[in-house]
Amino acid sequence: MKKAFALLLTLAMVLSLAACGGDSGTTTDDTGDGETATGSVYYLNFKPEADAQWQELAQLYTDETGVPVTVVTAASNTYEQTLTSEMAKDVPPTLFHVNGINGLLNWKDFCYDLTGSAVLGELTSDSYALTEGDATLAVAMAVESYGLIVNKTLLAEAGYSIEDIQSFEDLQAVAEDITARSSELGFAAFTSAGMDSSSDWRFQTHLANLPIYFEYEDKGITSTDAIEGTYLDNYKAIFDLYINNSTCDPTTLASMTGDDSRNEFLAGEAVFYQNGSWEYPNLVGEGLFSDDDLAMIPIYIGAGDEANQGLCTGTENYWAVNANAAPEDIQATLDFMYWCVTSETGTQAMCGGEGAMPSGGAGMGFVIPFSGNLESSNLFMKQNDEYTAAGKTPVRWDFTTIPSQTWKNELSSALTAYAAGTGDWDGVVSAFVDNWASEYALLGA
Amino acid sequence: MEKTIKRFWPVFVIPTFGAFLIGFVWPFLQGLYLSFCRFITIDTASWNGIQNYIYALTEADFLHSFWFTALFTVVSTICINVAAFAIALALTRNIKGTNIFRSVFFMPNLIGGIVLGYIWNILLNCVLTLLGKPLLSLHAPYGFIGLLILMCWQQIGYMMIIYIAGLQSIPGDYLEAARIDGANDRQILWRIKIPNVMPSITICMFLSLTNGFKLFDQNLALTNGEPGHLTEMLALNIYNTFYGRSGPSWRGYGQAKAVIFCVLVIVISLIQLRATRSKEVQQ
Repeated sequence: MKKAFALLLTLAMVLSLAACGGDSGTTTDDTGDGETATGSVYYLNFKPEADAQWQELAQLYTDETGVPVTVVTAASNTYEQTLTSEMAKDVPPTLFHVNGINGLLNWKDFCYDLTGSAVLGELTSDSYALTEGDATLAVAMAVESYGLIVNKTLLAEAGYSIEDIQSFEDLQAVAEDITARSSELGFAAFTSAGMDSSSDWRFQTHLANLPIYFEYEDKGITSTDAIEGTYLDNYKAIFDLYINNSTCDPTTLASMTGDDSRNEFLAGEAVFYQNGSWEYPNLVGEGLFSDDDLAMIPIYIGAGDEANQGLCTGTENYWAVNANAAPEDIQATLDFMYWCVTSETGTQAMCGGEGAMPSGGAGMGFVIPFSGNLESSNLFMKQNDEYTAAGKTPVRWDFTTIPSQTWKNELSSALTAYAAGTGDWDGVVSAFVDNWASEYALLGA
Repeated sequence: MEKTIKRFWPVFVIPTFGAFLIGFVWPFLQGLYLSFCRFITIDTASWNGIQNYIYALTEADFLHSFWFTALFTVVSTICINVAAFAIALALTRNIKGTNIFRSVFFMPNLIGGIVLGYIWNILLNCVLTLLGKPLLSLHAPYGFIGLLILMCWQQIGYMMIIYIAGLQSIPGDYLEAARIDGANDRQILWRIKIPNVMPSITICMFLSLTNGFKLFDQNLALTNGEPGHLTEMLALNIYNTFYGRSGPSWRGYGQAKAVIFCVLVIVISLIQLRATRSKEVQQ
């Protein structure tokens, strides 16, 4: 009996070990077969919200061409970690994301030079490619815009329309008037500027982009290792406006989250909500807003030519192809990318809204910087086109030149302390200017 | 039985030993090697000598994290063990409902650190708002106290169970004999109970000391190191070094810090084990 029991235990142990080994064995076999035929694609996707669409698209592509496509999506905020470990595996991703110039620093040795590839030929503007020397290392795959999302209905209740807001002065006047009458109106001007990590990127990255952009424009540069902070007073003015005309007391901002801010906006507690075109699916739909209720206006900070300022439009989603993959896999990946941005199915899936997927699901709703781009169903992206058509200049996403995540975190800390009154504005200036230089120095380290 | 064990020992030892080698020894050695390298992925490492260690040992934030962690570990170890022992004493007195109390006190330990961190973050921030004080992430001392409350709440129940087991294993005749000899409660506690639960104290001290030192989830969820790295503990500092900046050097620095951290934890827990073991008595 004991012997039988011991044998049973042993068997269980051996089997469980074998099972562990077996799994990885089959995976290699699968790709092994694929490689001999046509190569295969392994896409490590950055956007969790588009996972279902990518899985479906991968299946469609495989059905159509016989090329196996694996899509793995990293959980929110863990892309860098996932990519690091996936890259070290026997079967690394062939297609992955980098988030701009500084994100490229980690991965440039892994980036295949896309020069001469068909997908690069489809790109509508060179500014959507990341280059180093003569090599093109990554191409943008989705363009997005951000600004101040406005609840037009509430704005009308307060006696204004979006045409009344053409500059920082206008915005300030409207916001302060709403605050003065807030008890009568029953809503505030701005949603809470939450400084929790789920929300602080709206201020330490997106809002910080404006002073960086205007400084770059003045100097005619596209990046710098020492920022002067010439427009920091404007940054202070807009941040003050946000925190002093908001739904909550500035001292409580440290714990306010991104969801808080969105929920306030959805509940009609505030007129303005700083966020981007990616928020559109969360705001419009059953029981939420309709397109007529909403608009996105530029974030005016009282700098540059405000009459011709557009939305902040750009990208931090770049596709890169793994240079260390097998040549046939690289070719398969390039073919897959080309198919995604040119074929009807691919462009429908990437650009379409409700019902754009063959299965009937919603598309990804991106604006893609390729000639196959379809008209977006996203109100905010449509507005961006209108602004551009009206001759307004979009504000570039210069925040991709921010030296590090550490810089952003420290700025966020300083802003939080400033808002709560436990720190002063000098702390913010120092986090902005001094840290920029020191973090840039560390970049090369 | 003995004979069977002699014959079959490889069957039991080899798989576990293999797993230990694959899952612990090999990654540890690789980690040690990587701490001397610049790297992005583990197979693209290039040798960097002791540069990483020089950086790690001179970085102000890392040193601050060390002292902050050390202070936190000392305070939390004392608080947790004193409270857990006191509750264990109370719950071994044959009061009614002892089992319910034991389960309730143990329960917080079943919730994960991240979840607890967020729950306490909301709770404590609400209280601080009501009191008109700066929030957790704005005032380092509050962050420290918050972490302490959170850790105590989570760990006391667990340590209590170990102490209860220890207290229950003290033979009844010791206590009876002591009482007959006229010992009062305090004497029984110090002369009989504490020396006899020394093995439990050893294990509880070990657990709370290493838990305090290695704290990560709760730190991340409760304060995230705010304000300005002041409540950043060692594990979080290492994580931020590794992922907070771009470029191969930072991974190396992070790895060097991780090795230093590992050695520290091992050394400190060995010293503690030796110190408390020497106080253990044979029953």
